[in-house]
Amino acid sequence: MEYVSPEGLRLDGRRPMEMRQIRAEIGAVSKADGSAVFEMGNTKVIAAVYGPREVQNRSQQLSDQALVRCEYSMANFSTGDRMRKPKGDRRSIEISLVIRQTMEECILTHLMPRSQIDIYVQVLQADGGTRSACINAATLALADAGIPMRDLVTSCSAGYLNSTPLLDLNYVEDSAGGPDITVGILPKLDKVTLLQMDSKLPIDILENVMQLATEGCKAIANYIREILLENTKELEYRRGS
Amino acid sequence: MLHNKSFVKKTKGGKVMKQVREHYLRDDIYCGTPSCTVCDSSGARLSDSASTILVVDTNVVLNQIDLLENSAIDDVVVLSIVLEEVKNKNMSVYNRLRAICSNSNRKFFVFSNEYHRDTYVKEMSGETKNDRNDRAIRVAAQWYQKHLGGAVKVLLVTNDKENKRKASEEGICAETVESYVKSLDRPDLLDLLVRPSSEDAEMEDVEDHRPSKRKVIYSEHKPMSEITSGLHRGIYHQGKLRVNRYNPFEAYVGSESIGDEIIIYGRSNMNRAFDGDIVAVELLPEDQWQGEKSLSIVGEEDEDEDEDVHLAPNSADDAPRTTPQQGSTGVTNAGSSRPSGRIVGIIKRNWHSYCGSLEPMPMPGGSRGVAYALFVSKDRRFPKIRIQTRQLENLLDKRIMVSVDSWDRQSRYPSGHYVRTIGEIGDRDTESEVVLIENDINSRPFSAQVLACLPPLPWSVSSEDLSIPFRQDLRHLRVFSVDPPGCKDIDDALHCYALPNGNFEVGVHIADVTNFVFPGTPLDDEASQRGTSVYLVERRIDMLPKPLTEDVCSLRSDVERLAFSVIWEMTPEADIISTRYTKSVIKSAAALSYVEAQARMDDSRLMDPVTTDLRNMNSLAKKMRLRRIERGALTLASAEVKFQIDTETHDPLDIGMYQIREANQMVEEFMLAANVSVAQQILKSFPLCSLLRRHPTPTKEMLEPLLRVSAAIGLNLDVSSSKALADSLDLAVGGDPYFNKLIRILATRCMSQAVYFCSGDLSPPEYHHYGLATPLYTHFTSPIRRYADVIVHRLLAASIGISKLPSVFQDRLQLTSIADNLNYRHRNAQMAGRASVELHTLIYFRKRPTDTEARIVKIRSNGFFVFVPKYGIEGPVYLTTRAEKGSGEWYVDEQEQKIKKMDGSLSYSILQTVQIHMEVVEPQPNRPKLQLTLI
Repeated sequence: MEYVSPEGLRLDGRRPMEMRQIRAEIGAVSKADGSAVFEMGNTKVIAAVYGPREVQNRSQQLSDQALVRCEYSMANFSTGDRMRKPKGDRRSIEISLVIRQTMEECILTHLMPRSQIDIYVQVLQADGGTRSACINAATLALADAGIPMRDLVTSCSAGYLNSTPLLDLNYVEDSAGGPDITVGILPKLDKVTLLQMDSKLPIDILENVMQLATEGCKAIANYIREILLENTKELEYRRGS
Repeated sequence: MLHNKSFVKKTKGGKVMKQVREHYLRDDIYCGTPSCTVCDSSGARLSDSASTILVVDTNVVLNQIDLLENSAIDDVVVLSIVLEEVKNKNMSVYNRLRAICSNSNRKFFVFSNEYHRDTYVKEMSGETKNDRNDRAIRVAAQWYQKHLGGAVKVLLVTNDKENKRKASEEGICAETVESYVKSLDRPDLLDLLVRPSSEDAEMEDVEDHRPSKRKVIYSEHKPMSEITSGLHRGIYHQGKLRVNRYNPFEAYVGSESIGDEIIIYGRSNMNRAFDGDIVAVELLPEDQWQGEKSLSIVGEEDEDEDEDVHLAPNSADDAPRTTPQQGSTGVTNAGSSRPSGRIVGIIKRNWHSYCGSLEPMPMPGGSRGVAYALFVSKDRRFPKIRIQTRQLENLLDKRIMVSVDSWDRQSRYPSGHYVRTIGEIGDRDTESEVVLIENDINSRPFSAQVLACLPPLPWSVSSEDLSIPFRQDLRHLRVFSVDPPGCKDIDDALHCYALPNGNFEVGVHIADVTNFVFPGTPLDDEASQRGTSVYLVERRIDMLPKPLTEDVCSLRSDVERLAFSVIWEMTPEADIISTRYTKSVIKSAAALSYVEAQARMDDSRLMDPVTTDLRNMNSLAKKMRLRRIERGALTLASAEVKFQIDTETHDPLDIGMYQIREANQMVEEFMLAANVSVAQQILKSFPLCSLLRRHPTPTKEMLEPLLRVSAAIGLNLDVSSSKALADSLDLAVGGDPYFNKLIRILATRCMSQAVYFCSGDLSPPEYHHYGLATPLYTHFTSPIRRYADVIVHRLLAASIGISKLPSVFQDRLQLTSIADNLNYRHRNAQMAGRASVELHTLIYFRKRPTDTEARIVKIRSNGFFVFVPKYGIEGPVYLTTRAEKGSGEWYVDEQEQKIKKMDGSLSYSILQTVQIHMEVVEPQPNRPKLQLTLI
């Protein structure tokens, strides 16, 4: 199948190096300590953060650092067919783990020993790239909750179809079965915290595709920083100082 | 600007789901005219001074692609919606349109109207998809007109009346194709136009020319929905129609659902299907299953179809298909007849252009008028095609190409249109061209992009090449090549040294083509498309450009060349002790021909080093050959012929059988060994993505004709294994020297051809090569003329770690499609070679009626097929004339494979030697054919 036309347009009208439209909103769940909604095109994810708080299960308590827990789920209505999805299937466990490990890496856990941080992410609408969207939403929610972090973590995916590196695959491109790389970076520190790939890719092309995904991450980081700044300004304004 | 498209779609499981897709509308899509001040004109394709820009509608593209391919039509804007519609309707037209769009000589511009902010249209409620797309085309045309202003006229070309009317209402210039072409004042272009279907009112007068006016000849095709449900319920069967090459009234549909081939007899059962169409077949009731009807040589319908003289087929794939014959005089035996059926619908058409000529006809009165003519395809599998032409007098004695447009129920023949003229009938160049076109062989010169990939010429081995660590310097070795005389593309050379321990070091050096052809370059793409060089009698169509084949890669004598070497250490008993693969630099000491090499070996006075090497190699080769035969390798024979061509007129001067010498067999033996060694090596490293070659074991049914013949002459053949067959073939010695060869030729004909495949697609037992009796085989030794060898070279280089594996090998599907293409090209190249020999045979006998000896190879009810050993041709000899067909004077004894006269006075049996007279006759003007008659 042709995913990139000879005119250089993808199926949805983007060019290979273009991301989908992104949108973020802070404070979607007022009960939580921090929350955010993050959209990449038709992919829409909500994240809520609770903590740092007392560890619920004492046996899991860590004496030198905070316990980070993460739960990923997909809403029943998130895909075209509305069906009940069993909780804790293999895929959600895997993604929960990926998100937890990525976030743990940037949270300054040693500052909060014997406490627990819960991250709940739910996919409201899925159109490819949910993993990246979840990580971006979780970053925003953690920042909103005021949890100390080394840096923001942002994530973006990229693929390689029709011999062209493509940024930010949507569902159709994702299900093409080609190579699909998800990269998570700490933009200021310029470090990679997450790198996953499906299928295989020659090493020199991998570098190109990964470079493209990293560029995407940086663009997202800029956007997130803007949103956070705006949010802070608004808080400042509300306090009336 | 973001916009969401939403639509509903039925899933495979039958559920209806709503799909939502993002659709981005852009403002950076440009109009493609270089003079435009607003748009970025770097990607502009349209000409600077165009006064008219054409916007074509989908129906125009679908029907008039031949017209668009003509270079008179230019400055065309192709909208992306049109491309999309064409893609959904007809993939081959889509590919052709894409080819025009990407051709830098043509001024076709693709405008992505669907993603442009101003030309995207949203479906209105109650509007059908088709209406919406038509509206999108009009909106885009209007946008163009507004965008370019008054200086340029934008013309919408559409054959859809409604669309044209609406366009005019909206103030867009719109015309039909016919009126546009007429306005160009180019009568030759008018022939390229596809006639509107005959149901159209204005074409009513056309029907008067037909004898069968308004009479329904064929039954209606079932609608697609009925076919789908019929296939689902198992009353219809789907498959690809294959028409018998030798009898166009008989076709086969290989059906998976009944696991057998369904036979379709006659044009009415074939119901307008063409060879290669995907069709739906309904089985006939069992009592109508016909037994073998094609007992006679001649087709049974009222058309002038009869057998031509052909080259003797070389394998089961080219041979006419015959099923076991029953009874002696047409008594059908219901029990053993095969399922017959009739076609109820065509799922996918396989129409393309056909080569042939017009049926001779008297000139109509008016010379400038429109005439209707019947076109006869050169390939007998296709029916005659009715065309309309304004240049009849020019076309009558020409070979032309015609494409099919439609075939309705009322007409006996499909209607089509003229595409182009190839040349005069009977002219050698024209006929050669026809051979190439018919076999889909690209004989165009290489494009500039391809030639740009060549190394700078004159090329020679540089110090850089020598300094590469993996390239071994073997210039000190005494390497030589043995090839047919006059061979310019020498791709293999050999060396053989006696080692101090009594063993031999034997090396096979193959031209290092992959050092010049890199994956992904235009050169590589072109080679992969061509697949193989094609050898015709008078010319060669190269897979790679000439500088590479004849100079840079060719291992000529006394020049340094790059090679890929396989070097064995062998015991004097020809057992391989070790194998080494390396890229190398060699310097050939001698380029010998087979004759020279043979003469050297035979001349006992010669004791020079090269001759000693030759003798050593020959003794090793003999042992290897013996061992191979013991394993069960078949010595098959084919009737290859060789022409002596006049160097000036290129007319054949003499033909004779190709002679095989010991030297040929010696070289062949080492090439086989190299191929086997390489196959083992690459499969070990890349078990899933190696390109190998296999030869399937023939089934019992395939060997049936051979067994029937051998039973008739009292010969006992054991076909249980290749070894048993090889042994019993060795024992089959008849009264005369040619008998054994004849039996071998018949045996070869029963086998299918060897094919390339990707090792991941099959399981290891299926890799077997039956003819060579080896579990693994591939092609490594001729990279100059076969693309498969280029792939294998890359695999081998990767497996010994001197280069990376190109990305094609990651993708098994792509590799499989490459293997399929190679098989297709390989087969076509063979067919073209044979057709070329046939053509030259005809030219040869045109001036030389000959009496010669022939052997009967097949018995039919009104004659028999003879094989002429001297010229390698096969053709029919009639005992009765067509008029008294079936008068019953002769009858066939199936058991003994004899044809006898009723009164028993005369009989002919299979393999009998007869004297025949060969002569070229012209039953119709411009249609010469070779006729064989008994004397």
